[in-house]
Amino acid sequence: MIKVGYFPGCSLHGTAIEYEESLRSVCAEFDIELVEINDWNCCGATAAHSLNHLLSIALPARSLALAESQEFTEILVPCAACYSRLLSAWADITQDSKIRSKVSDIIELPLLGTAKPISILEFISRYILPELKEKIKYPISQKVACYYGCLLVRPPNLVHYDRYEDPLIMEEFVKVLGGKPIEWGFKTECCGAGLSVTRTDLVGKLSGKILEDAVLRGAEAVIVACPMCQSNLDMRRKSINNYLGEKVDIPVMYITQAIGLAMGIEPRKLGTKKHFVSMDKFIGNFRLGQVEHSKAGEV
Amino acid sequence: MSRIGVFVCHCGENIGATVDCKKVAELSAGLHGVVHSVDYKYMCSDPGQTMIKDAIKEKKLDGIVVAACSPRMHEPTFRKAAQESGLNAFLCEMANLREHCSWVHLKDDSTTEKAFELIHMLVEKVKKNKPLFPIKVPVTKTALVLGGGIAGIQSALDIANSGHQVILVEKDPSIGGHMAQLSETFPTLDCSQCILTPRMVEVAQHPNIKLITYAELEAVEGFVGNFKVKIRQKAKSVDEKICNGCGDCTTKCPIKKIPDEFNAGMGYRAAIYVPFPQAVPNKPVIDRAHCTWYLKGGKCGLCEKVCPTGAINYQQEDEILTFEVGAIVAATGFDIKGTDFFPEYGYGKYKNVINGLQFERLASASGPTLGEMKRPSDGKTPETIVFIACAGSRDSAKGIDYCSKICCMYTAKHAMLYKHKVHSGKAYVFYMDIRAGGKNYEEFVRRAIEEDDVSYVRGRVSKIYERNGKLIVKGVDTLLNSMPMEIEADMVVLATAVVANHDSEQIAQKMHISYDAYHFFAEAHPKLKPVETNTAGIMLAGACQAPKDIPESVSQGSGAASKVSCLFSQDVLTREPLIAEVNRSAPPLYSTCVGCFLCQSVCPYMAIETEEIRMRDGSLIKEVARINPGLCQGCGTCVALCRSKSIDIHGYTHQQIFSEVVALFNRREEYETV
Amino acid sequence: MKQFEPKIIAFVCNWCTYAGADLAGTSRLKYAPNVRIVRFPCTGRIDYQLILKAFENGADGIIVSGCHPNDCHYTSGNFYARRRWIVFKSLIDFMGFDNRRMYFSWISAAEGAKFASFINEVTDSIRKLGPYTDYSNLRKIGVGSIGEEL
Repeated sequence: MIKVGYFPGCSLHGTAIEYEESLRSVCAEFDIELVEINDWNCCGATAAHSLNHLLSIALPARSLALAESQEFTEILVPCAACYSRLLSAWADITQDSKIRSKVSDIIELPLLGTAKPISILEFISRYILPELKEKIKYPISQKVACYYGCLLVRPPNLVHYDRYEDPLIMEEFVKVLGGKPIEWGFKTECCGAGLSVTRTDLVGKLSGKILEDAVLRGAEAVIVACPMCQSNLDMRRKSINNYLGEKVDIPVMYITQAIGLAMGIEPRKLGTKKHFVSMDKFIGNFRLGQVEHSKAGEV
Repeated sequence: MSRIGVFVCHCGENIGATVDCKKVAELSAGLHGVVHSVDYKYMCSDPGQTMIKDAIKEKKLDGIVVAACSPRMHEPTFRKAAQESGLNAFLCEMANLREHCSWVHLKDDSTTEKAFELIHMLVEKVKKNKPLFPIKVPVTKTALVLGGGIAGIQSALDIANSGHQVILVEKDPSIGGHMAQLSETFPTLDCSQCILTPRMVEVAQHPNIKLITYAELEAVEGFVGNFKVKIRQKAKSVDEKICNGCGDCTTKCPIKKIPDEFNAGMGYRAAIYVPFPQAVPNKPVIDRAHCTWYLKGGKCGLCEKVCPTGAINYQQEDEILTFEVGAIVAATGFDIKGTDFFPEYGYGKYKNVINGLQFERLASASGPTLGEMKRPSDGKTPETIVFIACAGSRDSAKGIDYCSKICCMYTAKHAMLYKHKVHSGKAYVFYMDIRAGGKNYEEFVRRAIEEDDVSYVRGRVSKIYERNGKLIVKGVDTLLNSMPMEIEADMVVLATAVVANHDSEQIAQKMHISYDAYHFFAEAHPKLKPVETNTAGIMLAGACQAPKDIPESVSQGSGAASKVSCLFSQDVLTREPLIAEVNRSAPPLYSTCVGCFLCQSVCPYMAIETEEIRMRDGSLIKEVARINPGLCQGCGTCVALCRSKSIDIHGYTHQQIFSEVVALFNRREEYETV
Repeated sequence: MKQFEPKIIAFVCNWCTYAGADLAGTSRLKYAPNVRIVRFPCTGRIDYQLILKAFENGADGIIVSGCHPNDCHYTSGNFYARRRWIVFKSLIDFMGFDNRRMYFSWISAAEGAKFASFINEVTDSIRKLGPYTDYSNLRKIGVGSIGEEL
């Protein structure tokens, strides 16, 4: 049993509960235990760093300090937005000892920076991918669109991912799952993010363009790894359809759900019923594929 | 007993405002051995120099320290003044009170103290200086011009026309460089090849120019006036003397799908090829990396069969040619970034996103489309075209902070050429600033905007992606309320950054010249010596030094040629005698050198020879090192390395430097007591 | 009490660091006035006995600085300087002297700002270390002077 520190943030206990469910279900199959950091707090989100730079470091730094005291060297941060905040705080405190001691004073906890936040992509590459292939029971055979959003592979000077404009890492996962990732230009376009609340019409436009292109290129589902992106693409369908002038019913699922489905984990344990846009059609087609697949196996 | 003179310069306010020059001069007067010490407003002025000269004569000075600006600035001035009044030039030293003291510190006692200490150090040094005499070396009046682009051609022709021999070396099979690839030139829109090819022919026919194409620099040895260069003549596999240039071989060659370098990858060539129809020399070469004969061990051989003169020679080998030259002009040119440099524009995977050079070939009458506007993917005429200026340039995130200088102009030209060919088409230019400094340049850009109706949009393009055969260009118009823009384009042209050649670093190292952070060759002085390098006898021409347009490259080519001509106008050169020497003494020691020859292994100039000291009867007494004064450049690495301290370097001897160091620390108390 | 002002001597090459220091001047950058520059043709020329000589005579810190690797005006002098530096520094350490007072740096002719900030950094750290007497004290107990044979 491998134990990995886990920072759920607000989403994975709330709007993105299915992200957590699917993540935990997949981890269980790989004998990985996600241990939630005791007494973690809000990452500060966009609010903190647009108001006060020090606050924007101190908030996530507190969770980092707690993780350190619980002897974690890595913290899985599945939410891309939380990941960005934690990583940028981690970079600040590890690169500048003055900031580190200042922040340490503020949060009243010892702070060394020994616990490094890792993204869901890093986590999957390191812990899931090596043994994934042999655990796949029902390969996904459909065309899917991998969507990264703004924060998963950026900014380049923090995340150090060299193809930040056109990432390929989720495509690699999907190929292992048997799926056919489409080639498209919207992987890192903005979904509208926090405007979801104040300007749903803009989210409709921005997310609409993303979905339009995915559908145009024949994708049957969009695969994401960010609760914010998921909720905008999934929940704001009314505004999206308004903008597009037609109804798009392409489902939006988490990469962990896709992995779970391919591994044959029951959809119930993956929270697939918790989306606004039903995944039934996708799962139906996928099961059809499974039947054909098993038939092919019999022959 | 020394008789040293100290001259403290105020440099107007530059030194005088922060350093108490009067006090410094007074303190200096008290130094041991100083017999004359004065301060003056401008030492480098005529009255200042006269003051120095008079003092040398009147006070019979045997060494002077001028405390003024950096010796890199005015050392020659004051040394000349000393020489003119009968004091050996090398008995003059400069203390750097301006750049190293007054300009970098605040007005304070400690600044004045530092100024005085700097003088004291040099007073102690100059006491140990010895008169030195310039070294005279002969000049070989042949120049090597490296690179046959327009800068190299201009340089070679100018040197040749002034009556000197020139060896012009080009790495490609033909001279012409990038200029031969261009369609039309700004700001006159005259055809590039029409003005270039006559000059290429002139080069080929000039009695003073020896043209060597398909060749590279292998090594440079020696020094100004006396370089020895090795050139690798790559095997052309075609005997140039026999070949009559009929071209049968290139039409018959079965390997035809090789991306054509001359057409910037927009067309194809055969494995045996002439880069372009007007090539000089107009003789083909075999590209061994693609030729079947070399890849499949002697199969094919078609070109040999069709050649009417029997010029094909598969067995030809690379040849090393050695020449003695007196000066070198480096005109190795530039390169531009490919479209694969831009992740946001698809890493080069979209066929219809091309760079400026590729557009030149599309627009050129001699290009793959014979000058018709056809986009690469399907040959259709692009109805909407987007030009993106500053693609890579002025972008620190891309590691290229500088302005590529030529893009604003050629982008305007491209847009114009496009509009002249496709009247109904729509052309957009995304730009940051329009930098059109140059004769008739601004007018040219205005013409593109006003007469040819090119839409200039001030803003950056964030992303390009392909949809339904169109390129969707997402940008922003920062002058129109910062509104995001999306243009459905048929073709996009990136004005990619001008960069140094990929091998410019190695070439610089072979020539022992310095280069900047971007691997462009470094000039000796950014303003006053833009043509020379720090290595005497090596000049620069064209875009190997920095991005340049054609008129500038031609000017610099001529500039380099005139520098070479100046050099060649002398029969004998005089060099600074600041070189190393192995000591010699009376028998039975002869020299303290023990002959370990460690010095030989570190000398970058191969200047250290073995000298045998023999008895009169010819029997060997000992082997010692000897430094060839013609080759030594005076770095002094051997001096520091020598275990027996048998080598010393004039101008920076052990005695001089040690005196300098000791002086600094024995002074503090004295200053405090004054 | 007056603050201790260390005496620092910089051995620099003519082509890069000396010119870099000139650039700091022409750019009017300000730095601590504690450094005295000795000009050499190349760092390769710098005899490390000079460093001992400087310490013996009361230097509190020394700097050796030249062209960046591959930028040496004489192609390779700075590489020899670097090699000898590594050996010399560990030798000094082995002999029990304080090698925190010795700094090596590459500063090019274009790095005036780097020169200024480097001098400030070195001055600050040496000021903290205080005056250096270990070596000069050796003279008092009869150890011979460096470079007397020259």
